[in-house]
Amino acid sequence: MKKGLNLLIRNGHIIDPSQGMDGKGDLLIEDGRIRELEIRDSEFKTQDSRFKIQNSRLEIIDASGLYVLPGLVDMHVHLREPGYEYKETIKTGTMAAVRGGFTTVCCMPNTKPVNDNETVTEFILRKAYAEGACYVYTIGAITKGQKGEELAEMGMMRDAGCVAFSDDGFPVMNSLLMRRALEYSRVFGVPVISHAEDAGLSAGGVMNEGALSVRLGLRGIPAAAEVVMIKRDIELAALTGGRLHIAHVSTAGGVRAVREAKKAGIAVTAETCPHYFTLTEEVVYGYNTNAKVNPPLRTERDVEALKEGLADGTIDVIATDHAPHHMDEKLCEFDKAASGISGLETALPLCLRLVEEGVLSMRDLVEKTALNPAMITGIERGSLRKGAAADVVLLDPDREFTVDPEGFASMGRNTPFGGWRLRGRPVAVICKGRMHEIDSGAVKQL
Amino acid sequence: MGEAGQQLKNKDIVGIKDLSLEEIELILDTAVGFRDVLRRDIKKVPTLRGKTVVNLFFEPSTRTRTSFELAAKRLSTDVINFSVSASSVVKGESLIDTAMTIQALGADVVIIRHSSSGVPHLLARHLKASVINAGDGINEHPTQALLDAFTIMEKNGAVRGLRIAIVGDILHSRVAKSNIYCLRTLGAEVRLIGPPTLIPEGLVDPDIEVFHSMEDGLRDADVVMMLRIQMERQDTGFFPTTDEYFRLWGLTRERLALAKPGATVMHPGPMNRGIEIASDVADSAQSVILEQVTNGIAVRMAVLYLLSGWRSGD
Repeated sequence: MKKGLNLLIRNGHIIDPSQGMDGKGDLLIEDGRIRELEIRDSEFKTQDSRFKIQNSRLEIIDASGLYVLPGLVDMHVHLREPGYEYKETIKTGTMAAVRGGFTTVCCMPNTKPVNDNETVTEFILRKAYAEGACYVYTIGAITKGQKGEELAEMGMMRDAGCVAFSDDGFPVMNSLLMRRALEYSRVFGVPVISHAEDAGLSAGGVMNEGALSVRLGLRGIPAAAEVVMIKRDIELAALTGGRLHIAHVSTAGGVRAVREAKKAGIAVTAETCPHYFTLTEEVVYGYNTNAKVNPPLRTERDVEALKEGLADGTIDVIATDHAPHHMDEKLCEFDKAASGISGLETALPLCLRLVEEGVLSMRDLVEKTALNPAMITGIERGSLRKGAAADVVLLDPDREFTVDPEGFASMGRNTPFGGWRLRGRPVAVICKGRMHEIDSGAVKQL
Repeated sequence: MGEAGQQLKNKDIVGIKDLSLEEIELILDTAVGFRDVLRRDIKKVPTLRGKTVVNLFFEPSTRTRTSFELAAKRLSTDVINFSVSASSVVKGESLIDTAMTIQALGADVVIIRHSSSGVPHLLARHLKASVINAGDGINEHPTQALLDAFTIMEKNGAVRGLRIAIVGDILHSRVAKSNIYCLRTLGAEVRLIGPPTLIPEGLVDPDIEVFHSMEDGLRDADVVMMLRIQMERQDTGFFPTTDEYFRLWGLTRERLALAKPGATVMHPGPMNRGIEIASDVADSAQSVILEQVTNGIAVRMAVLYLLSGWRSGD
């Protein structure tokens, strides 16, 4: 027998958009790779399986009542290492990913030092290989030090393993430089990810601009700060033929701009995050710093537009923008508080609400959280096809739980969802050749 | 000084928008009694002897801090001015740590001014002591609005039914925000005058009329409340020059004549003469700018008195 993970997962509801699979069936993992996959319409009977079980030490799991999905891919996380290990480490961040059902994450370059050269890229990848609970891919900076002044060494970072480039956290305000980035990146065929924010319009702002920001006396960031930048970058993508991906779309105007660009045939993809389609600015009330995030939480109108954009395919990806922070960075003045939400461990159940509401089918959801982010970044993951590494999530869609930030694997407990009652949780995640049981005893063996 | 048994609902005063009409009236009624105390030869009462009041000011302030200090002293409290530049805050101490330290020193009331909106709310949640907001960011300055309402009542008998024009930099003015909430709760018709760059869209509701022309907005006003142009906030060009601002929105004698005869002119200070208000208007008989300062002490005594008597669940 083979040394690696050997596992037969029976009678689960397998969904794999990469192969158009959606139905009850069995999945055989041998030596940590997908060996066989079968969809059956009839109910499971032990003797019926056509998989020949020659290996007596093969572990068999009863997945009836569970979804069997490709491991989710989050193309937008902040792992904070190197430099901000007091917020999160590669180890804790990837553990949080696995607990949330993600087997692959792409980490943004705003570390200290910034991931703007191959040395930092190599450091992160080496560390992730050794300590990461899931697979880690790196996103390199567009500009040196994320300063928006000159291009970083994209080619060398690409060689070292970077799958995309972004100055996430900061916009590239200089339009000429953004043009050059979109042009130059065509050599490598990787996307440039835009943090779409006009820094002039957003200057000093800490929440969405509107009646509530006036009522709270907080400085606002108008929706236009995002929309004008998305529109600029779309024009630059059209001009250059570069591949543009818009990070964390939060506004109705942003959705509209991307929709029109796609109609015009411009190479643009877009993502949003669970907090943008779940929450509105109202959560900021009471100066709740856990609801401070950039771009800011918007209005009901924007939430509805994001859902429409997800439903009609304008928005390709749901990413978490997992942004862990230390408690002290949130327990302070709202103006001074760090922006961001620790999102990996609540993302999947929040996405399942969209399925419950009829916005997305389960298959759409897997596309937006596994297949599409893998395709956009050119990562060979997010699929259960034969021969692929076994990145698999067993999801119990009915398991209810109360969000307890103190119980997070992430060091960042900064979430506005603390105390929320959510439904749907991974019970087991298979990744890097081993199975993580999320809730002990939840996996039924045969 | 307020009917026996009447009290405020919360241990803190962080904003006018959290106060009911009854609470605002209670504070104003209580202040009448203290104004009479201040008119006596001996201006001090032993009411709050043994209580400790701390002025915690993270922004420079002379008039508000002095007013609170005098109010606290007139009530016989021990009052401490916690000056930020001389404290460990400049050494990087967190806001919560500073506040907890002050609580450990035995403060009963903490009066806070801070450049960030919401700081009084944060402290109110973490401290057992009562917290009074003496101005937070661009959010609120509740005691200023209370003393303005008190002054308007003194001049006009009541607030209800008056047409009150607030003129100038509404966007950055916590005084304007608190006044809008307070005067509307008390039944006044509030209108705003100023350039569109300084009147936030989100503030405008169907009951608040906005004018961009002084001539239109001042017509038949009972009270004209001028705001300070905050020169330190004008770096991003909300209007071209102060000369142009005065030309378009400065309160001159000619413009004041468009308001009701004898209309009350107010300003929270400090004034920029020749930028938002002409000197002859500021010094005219219609101006109550100095009365505002005097009344500030009585109103702040009322607030300190009511909060010191506060008990949860009573």
